[in-house]
Amino acid sequence: METKNIMIVGVGGQGSLLASKLLGRLFLDRGYDVKVSEVHGMSQRGGSVVTYVRYGDRVASPIIDRGQADFIVSFELLEAARWLPFLKPGGVVVTNTQRIDPMPVIIGAAEYPEGLTDKLRSSGARVDAMDCLAIAERAGSSKAVNIVLLGRLSHYFDFDEADWMSALEAVVPPKFLEMNKKAFALGKEAGNN
Amino acid sequence: MRQLMLGNKAAARGLYEAGCSFISSYPGTPSTEITEEAAKYPEIYCEWAPNEKVALEAAFGASLAGTRSFCGMKHVGLNVAADPLYTLSYTGVNAGLVIAVADDPGMHSSQNEQDSRHHARASKVPMLEPADSAEALRFAKLAFELSERFDTPVLLRMCTRVSHCQSVVETGDRTLPVKEYKKDPKKYVMMPGYAKLRHPVVEERTKKIAAWSESSDVNTVEIGTQRPEVRIITSGTSYQYVKEACGDTFSVLKLGLVWPLPDSLIRSFVRDAQSVIVVEELDGFIEEHVRSLGIQCVGKELFPPVGELSQSVVAAKLLFKSAETLSVYENIPARPPVMCAGCPHRGLFYTLKSIGCTVLGDIGCYTLGATAPLAAVDSVLCMGASVSSIHGFNKVLGEKSEHNTVAVIGDSTFMHSGMTGLANIAYNQTNSTVIILDNSITGMTGHQQNPTTGFNLRGDPAGKIDLEALCRAMGFERVRVIDPYDLEQCDRVIREELAVSAPSVIISRRPCALLKYVKHKPALRVDHDMCIGCESCMAVGCPAISIRDGQAVIDANQCVGCSLCSQLCPVGAIGGEE
Repeated sequence: METKNIMIVGVGGQGSLLASKLLGRLFLDRGYDVKVSEVHGMSQRGGSVVTYVRYGDRVASPIIDRGQADFIVSFELLEAARWLPFLKPGGVVVTNTQRIDPMPVIIGAAEYPEGLTDKLRSSGARVDAMDCLAIAERAGSSKAVNIVLLGRLSHYFDFDEADWMSALEAVVPPKFLEMNKKAFALGKEAGNN
Repeated sequence: MRQLMLGNKAAARGLYEAGCSFISSYPGTPSTEITEEAAKYPEIYCEWAPNEKVALEAAFGASLAGTRSFCGMKHVGLNVAADPLYTLSYTGVNAGLVIAVADDPGMHSSQNEQDSRHHARASKVPMLEPADSAEALRFAKLAFELSERFDTPVLLRMCTRVSHCQSVVETGDRTLPVKEYKKDPKKYVMMPGYAKLRHPVVEERTKKIAAWSESSDVNTVEIGTQRPEVRIITSGTSYQYVKEACGDTFSVLKLGLVWPLPDSLIRSFVRDAQSVIVVEELDGFIEEHVRSLGIQCVGKELFPPVGELSQSVVAAKLLFKSAETLSVYENIPARPPVMCAGCPHRGLFYTLKSIGCTVLGDIGCYTLGATAPLAAVDSVLCMGASVSSIHGFNKVLGEKSEHNTVAVIGDSTFMHSGMTGLANIAYNQTNSTVIILDNSITGMTGHQQNPTTGFNLRGDPAGKIDLEALCRAMGFERVRVIDPYDLEQCDRVIREELAVSAPSVIISRRPCALLKYVKHKPALRVDHDMCIGCESCMAVGCPAISIRDGQAVIDANQCVGCSLCSQLCPVGAIGGEE
């Protein structure tokens, strides 16, 4: 099988580490070779962060390059636009529509582009955009944005629901499991296309 | 068991399986988790030393005492530890001694992009370079074997893409080799008479290790299936990029031991080659060596010494392929890292900017004081340089600079190498003002304890150095403590200490807002009947405040109630929950 590439992008501190852990576990349990590359250190401090998840028969490179991602899973709309050049033609962007202003916007040195969801669509990408924060809050916690996104991502894979659930159980503490299962289910149903 | 493991964690597992029982390290991205993960094994004693030199010397002592020992650091840390390293090469070891050094091509979290392989060659110490987690585990174990077999410290060269990538490993069991300490001054006392005896041993050792690696499976050769006459020499992550881009097209020599290099193996690999290409990140280290053997090759002409490589860079240069990409054709504002909401450094840098100080900075989260809108920092060089350089700066400019110039340095960085600079100010006398940003933790690398926090690596109570007493003992009569959440106090005290013609230390003390034990106040709110949209609150550059429809808005998910913004509001529009 050709290696599949998933990028998880967002703002430092948004919880992308748990999302990549869950995916790593899922693909490993399905018998694939897996590589997951994370970002540590300075760029974590509210900066633009990216995690690369790759799986297949044999995965060599730890990173994903421009034009190679099958999926971009984005925690924030501007970040989806920033990393779009990494998407493969025909690839899918699964994104939260939440807006988090970066410092140049906060201090008035730059503007946050308007209408980004439409602009992403007109670039030719397949875009699945939803307000994951609202959905996560409905599930019981604003911190479950990551699981809402993965719920929606699961819609594009033909793995069994049980595979996703056992990966979820492996990475989420038991006391938050029910809430996360709900977030996953709500995310899966939430797609807007 | 087959499992996904971070490269650093896999290296730690290798240390465990090799029977390593003593670790002394200094944190530094991307090396930190090797020591943090190793500390999860109760069989291994682990500590954070004040700096890398101390850490390596402690590891040397443990090796001398007969225990397999380890020391981990980032690339620039090896400069600090270079002094013991270059002579450890002469003494060799008793029990095995392994040093991990993590390079950061692309400078994800570093001040330079130096290539540690030069240290291996210059110190005449062998260096292994893993290409993924499985090799990180295997090479960590192999490093101890080589260390004892050839009586040498061994360098394990990690890099960001190996350290911080999870890939599949199989784990094994721990063995525990222990040696007796035997007094041997001709080997361990490096004064000229004895060191002269050791140097030829070192030269001979390098030849022996090179001879070993000629036939060892640490280096591997793969014959290309389509164009075997094209010969690629590579190592580490670069090997992965070659395989990703080219699969089995070309013949590949993957070097696991990057110093010393196997001359005969290289010569036989390139025999009858149509072309020889060296693919390596950073400097042309392997390339230069291959050329020194009289072999024609290309390397840095194709793959620049700046930044990281990738499968696309390799594909573009070797296969002339490039990928199609999409874009929203829009100016995407940058999202640089920022000080967190509630960061205690913010109030201090706001004050320094408003006074108009020249600020000689240092390495840590507070380096972000150089970014907009605070933009308060004038220089950042290396660990400890703030304190040392303010002395030189004030010596030259005297009255012109000493009343408006400060050095800023974090608590951990101060213990690392700020103390010696402070000694120079006390001894050679400049009226310098040094501000220690004491946030009670090593912040940037992800919360490691240090000698001023009162806790050890495992979080148990430990010795605690009293910064005020230390500075006074070094001869500073003026030592003041301020709270960076109190802007009025910061402004007053800093102005006072700049005004006096005496050296002084100001300790700006408040724990990092991300520490678990720090209790946050409720988020502040903007009273929209009162806010006049003057944007005074925006001057602190807090990620929790923004302007929407002409008025300030505070993000309640981020705000920790530090109150800096409310101290700046001229109309009292920002307050706590009603």
